[in-house]
Amino acid sequence: MSQGLAAEPRRPLVAIVGNPNAGKTTLFNALTGSHQKVGNYPGVTVEKVSGRLKLGDQIVDCTDLPGLYSLNPVSEDERVAVQVISGAAQSEPMPDLIVCVVDAGNLERNLFLFTQLADAGHPLLVALTMVDRIEKDGLKLNLSKLKTRLGVDVVPLVGHKERGLDDLRTAIQRNLESPKRPNVDFNASGLLPEIVAELQNRLSRAAVDMTEAEVRSTLLFSEGKSPAILEGYPDIARAFDDARRRVTEATEPKAQVANRYEWTAGVAKEALTQVSQRERAKSLTDRIDVIVTHRVFGLAIFIGLMYLVFQSIYSFAQPLMDLIQGAFDKLGSAIAPALASNEALQSFVVNGVIRGVGSMLVFLPQILILFFFVSFLEGSGYLARAAFLMDRLLGWCGLNGRAFIPLLSSYACAIPGIMSARVMPDPKARLATILVAPLMSCSARLPVYLLLIGAVIEPRYGPFWAGFALFAMHLLGLAVAVPVVWFINRKMLKGKRLPFLLELPPYQWPKWRDVWLAMYNRGKVFVKVAGTTIVVMSAIIWACSFFPRSPASEALYTAQIKAASPNLPDNEVHALLEERLLENSYLGRFGHFLEPAFRPAGFDWRITTSILCAFPARETVVPSLGIIFNLGADAEKDKGKLQGALLDAKWPDGRPLFDLWTSIGFMVFFALCCQCFSTLATIRRETNSIKWPIFAFTYMTVLAYIGAVLVYQFGKLFPV
Amino acid sequence: MGNTGVIRFEDLRQGMRARIVRALPDCPECERLMEMGLTEGAEVLVVKVAPFGDPIEVSVRGYRLCLRKGETHCFELEACAP
Repeated sequence: MSQGLAAEPRRPLVAIVGNPNAGKTTLFNALTGSHQKVGNYPGVTVEKVSGRLKLGDQIVDCTDLPGLYSLNPVSEDERVAVQVISGAAQSEPMPDLIVCVVDAGNLERNLFLFTQLADAGHPLLVALTMVDRIEKDGLKLNLSKLKTRLGVDVVPLVGHKERGLDDLRTAIQRNLESPKRPNVDFNASGLLPEIVAELQNRLSRAAVDMTEAEVRSTLLFSEGKSPAILEGYPDIARAFDDARRRVTEATEPKAQVANRYEWTAGVAKEALTQVSQRERAKSLTDRIDVIVTHRVFGLAIFIGLMYLVFQSIYSFAQPLMDLIQGAFDKLGSAIAPALASNEALQSFVVNGVIRGVGSMLVFLPQILILFFFVSFLEGSGYLARAAFLMDRLLGWCGLNGRAFIPLLSSYACAIPGIMSARVMPDPKARLATILVAPLMSCSARLPVYLLLIGAVIEPRYGPFWAGFALFAMHLLGLAVAVPVVWFINRKMLKGKRLPFLLELPPYQWPKWRDVWLAMYNRGKVFVKVAGTTIVVMSAIIWACSFFPRSPASEALYTAQIKAASPNLPDNEVHALLEERLLENSYLGRFGHFLEPAFRPAGFDWRITTSILCAFPARETVVPSLGIIFNLGADAEKDKGKLQGALLDAKWPDGRPLFDLWTSIGFMVFFALCCQCFSTLATIRRETNSIKWPIFAFTYMTVLAYIGAVLVYQFGKLFPV
Repeated sequence: MGNTGVIRFEDLRQGMRARIVRALPDCPECERLMEMGLTEGAEVLVVKVAPFGDPIEVSVRGYRLCLRKGETHCFELEACAP
């Protein structure tokens, strides 16, 4: 509430407020275009989207508040929106104008929020969306009547054409100059205007400058905290406390809700008149829903669509990912000769930085493709239907129907999966989904499964069991996720349980601009956030696997290798040297050090070190195994040779290293372990907290270890 | 007056119409549902029951809302003529 104290004039702030599904974001996108900034509100997981709005030669700030049903907040999203509206947010001043987005096709319920915003006392303007739809329903809008009842300007907007946008801009400008306030007052049984007037009198006598919105917000939303401006005026602060008590006493929440709805029903009845006898029950949406939420066809369509989404991120993204990977490999080999004079620098640039950036950017195609589908399905209204169909299956353990998309996507890659968890408004269910998403078996685990199944299971047990093993590995994460979700929900996440709120909005064609902006913003956020973290972490792991190293130690190892087997060709000497250097690096020493801890899982120092190498990104495990088993980093190009080397590997006492149970244990470890910095960085971004990525990392690593140990110890009872 | 005729959301079948006669106060879960328009006197029509039996899709105040049966215990309804 520093508005009155601010030294220099700031740009006016317009807040876009409205119910979910009212067309708020579409409107915001149309007003601000690509001049958007996506960030987080401080300390919470709620995303903050703001932009600039050009009104002639004036520029105003515009913020797209999270969708909310009521100013009586139950979720974090709503709490943040209420804070911004009431001027209690540290990140923003109190808005100078509220654009209340009201869906004309859902007038009765949308106006409920309007009546609450009226209590807050802000200058207000109504943007009436989806006006074309009510006409299709055979209704006629009486605009002037609506304006009279609401007491503010109402600007109708027609869905897909840009008609109405210019009017809205003009209206925003006009209302910033000469504000209007709604002429309804429900709070405190209609006593509110009187109480506010008394307070304003006292304030003006004491020459304290507070706007009406500030007075009302302090009264209704401050939860007893006095604003800074009242610090020197204890008697006025007391008057506020008294007034707040009067408001609370005069307010019976249940009756108040009923009163508001009685009013909105009356307004809706007056503003909309039935002109043709087209029945709502036969609307296009209902005809589509007969099929789409049908117990047989509906599920078939759902499975078909999800299959398409999954295939798109799993297979269709592959060429693009290969392209990016190839470009970075080429970049690496193009730069490498220029740095040949300094081996450490060369390895740092090529294996540390370039590989690190490449391993992060390679996820971009999957993110963009998934967000294309998510925003398309959400904008069209289908996502709500999918949640309706799936809720029972996912609801019992504390998730809800909306968790389907994030979890399924995580089977391709947890990063877009975690990002898409924002389709879930319930913060508890959303967090639980984010925390188990990395357990789903992503495509980067596949090479490990194929390598070991191909080496150990297929030759001995045939293709049937090989296929079964592959399927079981994919199911394992899901099976583990269910009890984890249950535990997280029951034991860890406190707070009010939200009822499952799911609206089924009428179907519509999504706007391409909304789809494009969703993809663009998600891509940008990922590159910015994951980029910085991952490059740093990759560099650290690179350093641990490279140092200590000196020309002297290299010469020594080379001499030792040549002394042991004098007739070795140069490339094999080089492979052995690489292995020796890695073994003696900090990482290799750490692997040796940890070997006793991993012995119960049947892992020796070589397996342990390859696991350590894979913590930044699990796809590096195959090249790491290549180095450790003396084949060089290019081993992935010749899988058969690497499989042979794994089968030949022995314990010092001559037992084979990769027996059946060690191999399965190794795969289980990879299935459950969180070996992906990009995922952790994404969790950090999406939960806006360092606590949750640490938790996810810890619980997954512990589960992975326990899983591998259990498999090996159990397996020892059944020697093969 | 006894409880004759009082039904709950879980008793509703597809295509049934009902009116909310009582919303029990002091339950935060149903407070939100009331704010969504499920107030005393409001009429609901069950449009569809999801394939696995839950949630149900109702039409209330001119829009479509899905409710989990288990989260609507605070509401008492009476059946209306279809």
